[in-house]
Parts: sequence; C-alpha cells; structure tokens
Amino acid sequence: MTLFIEQCLNGLQFGLLLFMLAAGLTLVFGIMDLVNLAHGSLYMLGAYFAATFSALTGSFVLGAILAMLATLLVGMVVEVVAMRRLYGRDHLDHVLGTFGLILFFNESVRLIWGPAGLALPLPGWLQQPISILGFQYSAYKFSIIVVSLIVAGGLYALVMRTRIGMLIRAGASNREMVGALGVNIKLLYTLVFGLGAALAGLAGLMQAPILTVQIGMGENILILAFVITVIGGIGSIRGALVAALLVGFIDTLGRSYLPDMLREVLSPAAASTLAPALSSMLIYLLMAIVLIVKPEGLFSAGQR
Amino acid sequence: MRNALMAAGAVVLLAAQPALAQQKSIKIGFVSTFSGPTAVIGNDMRNSFELALDHMGRKMGGIPVEVIYEDDAQKPDVGKQKTEKLIESDKVDFVTGYIWSNVLLASIKPVVDSKTFLISANAGPSQIAGELCSPYFFSTSWQNDQTPQAMGLYMNQKGVKSVFLIGPNYAAGKDMLAGVASTFKGKVVGQELTTWPSQLDFSAELAKAKASGAESIFVFYPGAAGVQFLNQYAASGLKGSVPLYTAFTIDELSLPLQKDNAIGVPGAQEWVNDLPNEQNKKFVADYRKKYTGLRPTYYGAQAYDAAQLINSAVVATKGNLSDKAAVQKAMEKADFKSLRGGFKFGNNHFPIQNFYLQDVVKDADGQLSLKTVATIVKDDQDRFHDKCPMK
Amino acid sequence: MPPKTSLLTLRNIVVALLLIALALLPVYAQLAGDRFALTLFTRIVIMALAAVSLNLILGFGGMMSFGHAVYLGIGGYAVGMLAKEGVYSGFVQWPVAILASALFALVIGALSLRTRGVYFIMITLAFAQMAYYIFAGIARYGGDDGLTIYKRSQFIEALNLSDKVQFYYVCLVILFAAIYLVYRLINSRFGMVLQGVRSNEVRMRAIGFATYRYKLTAFVIAGVLCGLSGALLANQADFVSPSVMYWTRSGDLIIMVVLGGMGTVIGPVMGAIALLVLEEVLSGFTEYWQIILGPLLLLVVLFARGGIDGLLATLGERFTLRRPS
Repeated sequence: MTLFIEQCLNGLQFGLLLFMLAAGLTLVFGIMDLVNLAHGSLYMLGAYFAATFSALTGSFVLGAILAMLATLLVGMVVEVVAMRRLYGRDHLDHVLGTFGLILFFNESVRLIWGPAGLALPLPGWLQQPISILGFQYSAYKFSIIVVSLIVAGGLYALVMRTRIGMLIRAGASNREMVGALGVNIKLLYTLVFGLGAALAGLAGLMQAPILTVQIGMGENILILAFVITVIGGIGSIRGALVAALLVGFIDTLGRSYLPDMLREVLSPAAASTLAPALSSMLIYLLMAIVLIVKPEGLFSAGQR
Repeated sequence: MRNALMAAGAVVLLAAQPALAQQKSIKIGFVSTFSGPTAVIGNDMRNSFELALDHMGRKMGGIPVEVIYEDDAQKPDVGKQKTEKLIESDKVDFVTGYIWSNVLLASIKPVVDSKTFLISANAGPSQIAGELCSPYFFSTSWQNDQTPQAMGLYMNQKGVKSVFLIGPNYAAGKDMLAGVASTFKGKVVGQELTTWPSQLDFSAELAKAKASGAESIFVFYPGAAGVQFLNQYAASGLKGSVPLYTAFTIDELSLPLQKDNAIGVPGAQEWVNDLPNEQNKKFVADYRKKYTGLRPTYYGAQAYDAAQLINSAVVATKGNLSDKAAVQKAMEKADFKSLRGGFKFGNNHFPIQNFYLQDVVKDADGQLSLKTVATIVKDDQDRFHDKCPMK
Repeated sequence: MPPKTSLLTLRNIVVALLLIALALLPVYAQLAGDRFALTLFTRIVIMALAAVSLNLILGFGGMMSFGHAVYLGIGGYAVGMLAKEGVYSGFVQWPVAILASALFALVIGALSLRTRGVYFIMITLAFAQMAYYIFAGIARYGGDDGLTIYKRSQFIEALNLSDKVQFYYVCLVILFAAIYLVYRLINSRFGMVLQGVRSNEVRMRAIGFATYRYKLTAFVIAGVLCGLSGALLANQADFVSPSVMYWTRSGDLIIMVVLGGMGTVIGPVMGAIALLVLEEVLSGFTEYWQIILGPLLLLVVLFARGGIDGLLATLGERFTLRRPS
C-alpha cells in the first residue's frame, strides 16, 4: 500500500513537472499557432543556467531565480530573432525551422559548457528524505510538487483574472479579433513566448538535480509535452493540466506495475524486456485513443 | 654526397628485409562516441589512446601511425556505417574503440568479413565471447558479465542475503544483471530493466526495490545515468537502510558529478588508477600532466592497452600485416605491459584477469578519487568461453 | 512563339545530369577504387526512395505525416525477422514487407485521416512511436539493440545482393520505377484530385469527391514504397533496429523532402543527396557540424521555400531571361 501511495506521489510530481513544460507549449501553440519543437531546448537551457548561476552565487534558490530570468530573456530574444518570422507559415515550416533550432542549441551548449554535462547539487535541507504519513519520501520531490502547484495556481490566476490573461484567452480562441481590437499584438506575442520559455526553464531546473544537466535532455521530454498539449486540446491550460497529470500517472504506474502483470503470462526474461517498452507505449496509445474519439483533444480552446 | 645518401638508403632497405611487404603507415580506425551526453567517455578513450601513441613516439615498429577517429553517436546503425567507411574508404589495418555492446554487435560483421582486426576497448557482449567469437576479434577490456560476477562474489563475502537488480534495457545491461545473478548465492528478489538511454528518472524502480524488502540493491548505469541514479538513491532515503552495490557506475568521469553521494558505495573493476605497477604510475601521471584537470578512467586504460596490443603485433610481425595468421598469433600472446599489470587471453580472445574492489575516498588534494581496497577474484575467465568454437 | 515550354531548362538539365551521374556512379567507384562512395550512395538512393514516398503524401497530398520512418522499420523488420527464422528468399521477404507496410498504413491512415492539421502530425507521430516501442520490446528480435542480418535476401542465382554493384543497381532501378510511378500518379485523375485536396479539401468534397478515400489510397501507396525502402535499407545495413523509426528519423525524411523541393517529382531525390552528402562532408570537417546544419535549415525554411528544385527553377528563369528570344 505504501508502495502505491509512493508511486502515486511520483506520478503526481512527474505530471506537474510535465505541466510546467506543456503550459508554455500550449499557450504558444494556441495563441501564435506555432509548433515549437525548440521548446525542449529552453528546458535544457533552464537547467544549464541554474547549474551555472547556483555555482556562481553559491545559493540554489538564487541560482534558480536567475536561471528563470535568463531563460525568459533567451525566450524573448529567440522570439524576436527567429520565431516571429515563422508566424503565419504552415506547420511544416515550423517543424523544420524549430528542428534546426534544436540542433543549433544543442551544439551551442556543447561549445559553451562542454560535452560532459553539469551537476546541480541540492542544498542539504532538500537532500534529506522527509516522512509523510509515516513513510519516507524525497523532500526535493515533495518540494517540486509544492512549487508546481503554486505556479499552476498563479498561472490560472494570471490567465483567468488579469487583463493580460484575458488577451491571452482571447488570442487563443480568435487571433484576428485581438489584433483588430488594437492590442499591441507583437509585444503580447513576445511576452507569451517569454513566459512559456521561463516555465520550460523552471521545469528544466527543477528536474536538474534529479537528472543531470546534459545536452539533448529536452528532446525526450519534449515529445511528452507535445502529447500532453494535444491530448488536452491546443491552447487550453486546463486541458494541459489534466492531460499532464494523466500522462504522469500512467507513465509512473505503468512502469511500476506492468512488469509484474506481464510476468504472470510471459517468461521473466521476455517480460522484463517488454515491460519498459509497453509502458512507454501506453502514453501514445492514450493520445491515439483520445484523438480518435475527440479529434480536437479533451478541452479544445473554444470551450475552456 | 648524393651517392652517399643513396648508399645509405640501400643499406637501410637491406637491413629491413621484409621491406617489400612493409607498409608506409599503420592505419587504425577508432570508433567511439564523440557527440551527445556520453561523449565524455569517447573523449577519455581518445585522450588515453593518444597518450599511448605519444609514449611510443607515434610509431609502431618504426612505422608511423595514423589514427582516424569516428563518432558512432551511441547508435548501432551509425557505428556500423562508420566502421564500414573505415574499412572500405580508409582501408585501415585495425579498428578499435567501441564503448557500447549494441554498437559492437552491429559493427562486427563487416570487420570480420573483411578480415580486419577489431580490438574492443570496452564493450564485451556475451555473444561475441561465445558463439560469435572470431579469430579477428580481441578484447582489452572484459566480457560484460565478469565485472558484475566479481561483485556478486564480493556480496557473498559480505554475507548479503538478498538483492534487487536494476539496469538499462540493452545488450550490456542484460549481461550485467545476468552476471551478478550467476555468482550471487543469496536470493534475487526482483529485477527491473529501464528504457535506455532515455529513461533517467528511477523513482518508480527505487520505490519497488524498497517495497521488495531486499537487503541490498545492485545497479549498472554507465555515464550520466549513473550520476542520476546515485543522486536519486541518496534522495530516496534508502542510503542508510539498503546498501548499494555497483558495476561501471562510479568512475572518474561520473565522480565529480556524483560527489559525496558516491562515498561508501563499492564497485568492482579490473583497473583502478592506483594499481601499483610502473607503467600504470607513468600512465596516470602523464595523463594528468597532459590533460590538466582530468583524470584517467578504466575506459582510457583499456584504450591504452589496445594501442599497446596493436603495437606488440606490429613489432612481432615486423610490420608485415598482410600475414593475418602471424598477426593473430602475435596478438594472442598479449606480449606487452598492461596497465592492469598483465593478463593472458583465453581461447575466445577475452582477457583472463583479476578484479578489484574499489572504494571512493578523499585524496591528498581533498578531491574524491577511487582506491583499490581488495582483490576480489584472481585470473577470472568469462563463463562463455567454452561456447566459442575456437580452441 | 507558341507557348510551349522548352525541355532545355536549367532545371531539366541538372536533373538529367543527376540521373546519369547516379547511373554511372559504380563505374566511378570502380575506376577510383572508392568503394565507400558506392556504400554511401546506396544508402542515399534508398533514403531517396523513402523521401519520394513521403513526398507523395506530404508534397502532393498536403498530409504532414511525422511518422513516416515507421515503414522503414516495418519493411526492415519483415526482412530481419524472416531471416532470423531462416527464411532468406526475397520472394517471400519483400512481399511480406510490402504487405505489412500496406496493412499498417491502411489501419493508421484510416484512423489518422479523421484528424487534420497539427493533430494529424501528432497522431502519425504517436503511431510511429508505438511501433518503435513494440519492436524495442521484442527480446527475440534483439529489442532495443536491433537485429543483425547474417544473409541478405536471396532471389535467383544470377542476382547476388551481397555484390555491392548489383545491389546498388537494384536500389536504383527501384528508385527510378518509384519516381516514374509517382509521376504517372500525380498526372492522372487521381493525382489531380489529390492535389485539389491539398489546396482546398472543402471544395473538392463539395464537388462530390470522396476525399477521404483518395487520401487513404495515397497514404497506403506511400507506406508501401517506404516499406520497400526499409527492406532495402535492412539489406544494405545487414542490420535493423527500432532506432530507424524514431521520431527524429521521420524528421530527417521531412527535411529531405523540403530541402529538395516539396511537391516536385525529383525534388526529394535532390534533398536526400544534399542532406546525406552534407552530413558526410560537414561531419568530416568539424565535430560541431550540427551548429551549421541547424541554422541552414531555418534559412531554407525562411528564404528558399521551393528548396533546391525551386532554386534551380528560379536560377533557370534568370538565365533564360538574359537571352533575347
């Protein structure tokens, strides 16, 4: 039973982390209609910045804050230099152009920080396991859950309660209309892209102490973020949250329980090879089923 | 003057009798990973190989050496393509390198088909030690199972009663887990294979290990994954209660990233930087001098030995590499001063060698480094050699 | 002058020279003793076949499949799995590769074509990733590590696929046949409908065409051609692994099509040659070659939308304009 609770917490933590990443993606996707494969590169940059800044300042928290600001800045620069030129083009151009950006970012990071990858050590108070409801759980993972929930709440408030949020929502459901209303659409786009970048950076830096900081760390998780965006419905923050939690739970619980289930019917050798493959597949199966039943995702932007 | 030169030339020619068969240069292809997160391993192997060539004056048996480095990007198909290029386009005499078992398994066919010699400086999949063994294949590392087998023996010595195994789902990962299970006398209560190389979050596996009630955990995670595993192991709160045993998870490349999390975690290895033989002392000292800030690893030591093995064959055959049988015979003798203090080849061309227990300590500079604690097993031969048809 | 377009445009000359060069490549390899050129170009020809097949749906049909590399894997595994079980005959292996690809394309096409736009991109990606993980999970056929193929497909006594020159010509003949097939298809009524769907599907449906069926047919044909390419690739590499169907490989195929020029018959061939030769040259030049390739892609997207083919056509126009006619 404790195993189940612990795996659920792991699933929740992973899901919330994916939400950080998917939120920016779905906003950019919904508002600018831009398929941004390079979103994973911003996630990677967040981690690299955090490792560098926390080594420089000697403080994990300060390093994290500086890293978020730096990714925000990089995001806005990328938007002005490259992305802006891609709006209004078809999705194929987006896929190709941003695929090119991934290659560029990966190699730049290798030139600047070297191929070895970095470590982002945790401060002592986050390294100790804490005990919740009578069992031990990683304090750091728990703090990821807390921070993510706060950010998710803040994002919800921003989108639902502020003027910028109103424009964002309006942009997601009807782009031309917002422009026609005389809003400085260029600035709005740059801001939204920067916000998405900062969230991706936050996800990257939060994941960094658990996984090391390395080149290409964004690519594996990027596809998951896309899957979430699509399952949730493009442009929908709420959809992204629901889908991210679904994916987080399915991935973690699948990896945890599938091997035992398969061992009941297959030889142990075959089961232990097949299980990790099958549990990775479950997420894609989920997406295919959602799209076949609801071709526009669970919550499409029109009905949030 | 001119005549004198020509005469001198003639004397030199006569002195080197088999000059007709001799080559202008010794060409060596080196396939390893030079891009992506595991490029550090490839770079270390290249550094050590270059150092070996420096020590030889960049000549083998008086013939200049030319090395062509190729990046396999950690992908079997890319590695195979690069290997083919080395053989067909560059027409190399030897290929070496190979970190990954799956890359080696994909690449071995074109090498052996073309009767080129391949020296694996790291990967040692069980298939090549057994039924796929070849006269043209040599290893200066180990068969994958050997190192974890040594770890299993050590765990017996410690009186460990039960273990939970975790490793990556690829050729070497499966070999490693099978290896430890083959010598460990206690109970294997569970086993988890994770997607390789993409899966980096091991919380689900760690939670299962904890729930299984196993007395210990054994893992194999080379490169960056080893860093992640140790970090997550430390954060999971298992460190005090369920001790960890490893193979190829803690080395000089991962240690600066694993930091204190690696202290007290034992590993088994055939080479450790403090092995007390002269050639090893020179290797370690010169490596640290030439590549400031870096420390050599077992990957590098194996690559260094690969260069020495090639050199020994070139010297023994006086550079006549077209006589394949003679080259093979010369290599089988392993007639060189290995950094691990000498080894012999078994019938399948894998080393018969000692395995040591290594521990993480703080050295004189206050830095973390690896130290030999004990010899776990002497003259160990892999358990697949009798499946190899070569005698 | 009657409005008859000249056959002697710059573009046609380049294309003709290219095809002749491809046909004569083994002669060069023999004379120069450059066996690797043959290996490299065999691979290029095979990838060009895959790109041509993708172009049929992407360039002409406007269907942005982000999972096209899956057929490389299906065709390859058809050959590899049969070889592992001791069936070496190409008369069995290749039809199985084609049938399996057709069947897979039919099923995922039927489901995916219900969606459009980005959702189509993502659902084709999802199916390809599922196939990737399935093959990665079958221990008997090598799992993640892939499967080494110890004997190439066997046809008749006179044809030996292990012979590099013979194998090259087999690939080349299949590529030329595929190009011809695509050319005939797009100039047929079927092709007209397909291109009509790309520019305005609603109108085509309003006129009374069952667009779904046309799209599905094109999807299956593209799958079959790419599956055949997969069977060739497995023979060329003597190896097949799940990594041939990973999403970045599908990305490579898209790059080839766009780089060469979408929606032109010969563009993908030029794209495949350009990308693979560029990779080979740049990676020999610097370890950091992707830092050049990345921005290059972005530039092609931003400024050279017609790809190489479009560039040739534009250059050709300038070239002819200077002449008084």
